Amino acid sequence: MTLDQIKPGESGTITQVAGEGLLRRRLLDMGLTPKTRVSVRKVAPMGDPIELMLRGYVLTIRKEEAAKITVRKETSR
Amino acid sequence: MSSPTITSQTHASQEAGKHRRHTTELLQKNLLFALAGNQNSGKTTLFNALTGSNQHVGNFPGVTVERKDGAMKGHREAVVVDLPGIYSLSPYTSEEIVTRDFLIKDHPDAIINIVDATNIERNLYLSLQLMELSIPMVIALNMMDEVRASGNSIDVQKLSELLGIPVVPISASKGEGIDELTEIALRTARQGIPPKKMDFCTGEVHKAIHAIAHVIEEQAQEYGYPLRFAATKLVEGDEPTMQALHVTENQRDILGHVIDDMEAALDTDREAALADMRYNFIENLCAKCVVKRHETHEQVRSEKIDRILTHKYLGIPIFFVIMLVVFWLTFGVVGSFLSGLFESGVNFLVDSLSSLLTHIGVSDWMHSLVIDGICAGVGSVLSFLPVIVLLFFFLSLLEDSGYMARVAFVMDKLLRKIGLSGRSFVPMLIGFGCSVPAIMATRTLSSERDRKMTIVLTPFMSCSAKLPIYGMFTMAFFPNHAGIVMISVYIIGIIVAILSGLLLKNTVFRGKPVPFVMELPAYRIPSAKSVLLHMWEKAKDFIRKAFTIIFLASMVIWFLQSFDWSFNLVTDNTTSMLASIGKFIAPIFTPLGFADWRASTALITGITAKETVVSTFTVLTGASTNAELTTMLHMVFPSTLTAFSFLVFTVLYMPCIAAFAASRRELGSMKSALGTALFQTSMAYLVSLVIFQVGRLILGI
Repeated sequence: MTLDQIKPGESGTITQVAGEGLLRRRLLDMGLTPKTRVSVRKVAPMGDPIELMLRGYVLTIRKEEAAKITVRKETSR
Repeated sequence: MSSPTITSQTHASQEAGKHRRHTTELLQKNLLFALAGNQNSGKTTLFNALTGSNQHVGNFPGVTVERKDGAMKGHREAVVVDLPGIYSLSPYTSEEIVTRDFLIKDHPDAIINIVDATNIERNLYLSLQLMELSIPMVIALNMMDEVRASGNSIDVQKLSELLGIPVVPISASKGEGIDELTEIALRTARQGIPPKKMDFCTGEVHKAIHAIAHVIEEQAQEYGYPLRFAATKLVEGDEPTMQALHVTENQRDILGHVIDDMEAALDTDREAALADMRYNFIENLCAKCVVKRHETHEQVRSEKIDRILTHKYLGIPIFFVIMLVVFWLTFGVVGSFLSGLFESGVNFLVDSLSSLLTHIGVSDWMHSLVIDGICAGVGSVLSFLPVIVLLFFFLSLLEDSGYMARVAFVMDKLLRKIGLSGRSFVPMLIGFGCSVPAIMATRTLSSERDRKMTIVLTPFMSCSAKLPIYGMFTMAFFPNHAGIVMISVYIIGIIVAILSGLLLKNTVFRGKPVPFVMELPAYRIPSAKSVLLHMWEKAKDFIRKAFTIIFLASMVIWFLQSFDWSFNLVTDNTTSMLASIGKFIAPIFTPLGFADWRASTALITGITAKETVVSTFTVLTGASTNAELTTMLHMVFPSTLTAFSFLVFTVLYMPCIAAFAASRRELGSMKSALGTALFQTSMAYLVSLVIFQVGRLILGI
């Protein structure tokens, strides 16, 4: 599944980052690399963007961009 | 891999060392430092702590990216350049390109890399890229106080050993470790030893980097590129580096093969491979020297604050309440009090000057030029100063506390439709108060494209200086519908901004918008020093404008108003040059319904300051009471429709000269500023035309 489908409070591990050019590079640079654990903390009041927690910091990206990131959802808990 | 790379590296650094020693001897000890780091790492606070208030603000050539220089406190020979806050040295945004160019072409003696210790993994990602540049480097490990206070720890000694460069723990906001950092930075720069060459990479990536280094070695030396940096960038597929090194077709083929092999072996692509490699290295590094048991107190507190401030239902209302309070304080109570005080001060000075001039017996026209021209023009613009200073006081508080990032988060969806991001919301909102600080506030937008587009659109938000015009017109033409007319005028401005945004998004600013990938920093209490410096900077900027471009413009307008074409002082203001220009251009406005020359003259003087439209009508119609003015206005505007058309034109056409000067400065060129003004005036013409012509059909005039 992709990152935009993860509900607030849930987490997953990145398996692949699609997209191209500046956008993809920016995602990778910000630490959204494969094998990284990400949790979705919140959705903005108007339903987009979303708030993520990874590598000990808080990042926000749009759902459109989150849809380019494939994750394996954590089933435990 | 017993490589020519190593030899050449040593050779290069020897050369560099020799070069530096040489310059050091020549210039005694002039040193240039580059301050680089992520956004929200406390870079500006550190820059202020290192340099004190001794700063120079400008732009990097060709782009609207801010550049600040300052001499180190107590070391006037050492200059620090504050580079834009960036996360990587990728070749995409103007901020990143400016940073790369500066580091490669301006040959700083050392890099001071500020790293947020509470967010060390992501911050070190930039550090690894900076280290490849073969420039002596120091890491300033900021916010160590927060790390310690939360019961976490970082083994600074070990980190420094593993990275092979000095690491100095500091707290920029508390001023801790600054002296030590200064001392170590100076020593590092004087010694001129670049970071010990190190391999962040293993396996296939390592192989590819070394193979490519071998291919481009000579060019790197010839064009002054650090070899390791160039090789890594070429592995990433970095086009600017490819061009800077004049990589030949033949070499491109070889590079292509090397990359293909690497990608095949790793089963991933080049960009992901390198990002992955750097983060793996960092993870291993952190496992050895970072102990993170808990989130820091600040992070825990931030999560709690965000439960309210970015709450699903409360988030947006709270934002509007905060902005309302800021507006109320700035333009209402405190602002009007300060403005009043300031104005009486200015008036007192002008009056004294006036009597002085009379006393020493200067000629009438000279007296008029100084008092009615320059003092009136510059004075009326200067009276904005308290409001601007106050507004920037609140804006710095919101920015430095971390709230602005939340505004962007909450408002993003709304602005995305016109090709902007949530960050542009605040400047636009300020535009309802005054376009000048609004345009100046676009400085905080992180993308150059967004910044330019916001500067073009912000003046469509009807500013408070236009209120007297609305007052005059509603009194004369819409006494029973004042509210509705006012609101509709504001809404027309907003609609035009949205339409213009859509238009620009698909034409001038067609390029891909910078993706909205933004950090939400922990909330922190802003430092008084940063806020005050920021206010002072904006005030200085504004005063400079008042005394240059506005000074000139006031003189020109005064001249046009006071003389006729044979350069005689006019006694009747309907014979001045300004009046004849007004008469000359009046026919242009016939299709919009207002062909009277007094209307077009008012539009010209309105460019000096929007309130002037009102005084121009008063002067040109010779009205002495409100009733008389109303009668005269009905002569200038034969129908309410023409009056409304004029009103709409005043809302939309180019902003006042102060706002124009601000946009010239922020856009970086006179050409763009003139283009922007032309665009705004054209939109005004178009909309008024449609309103008048359609209205005429409906009303059957």
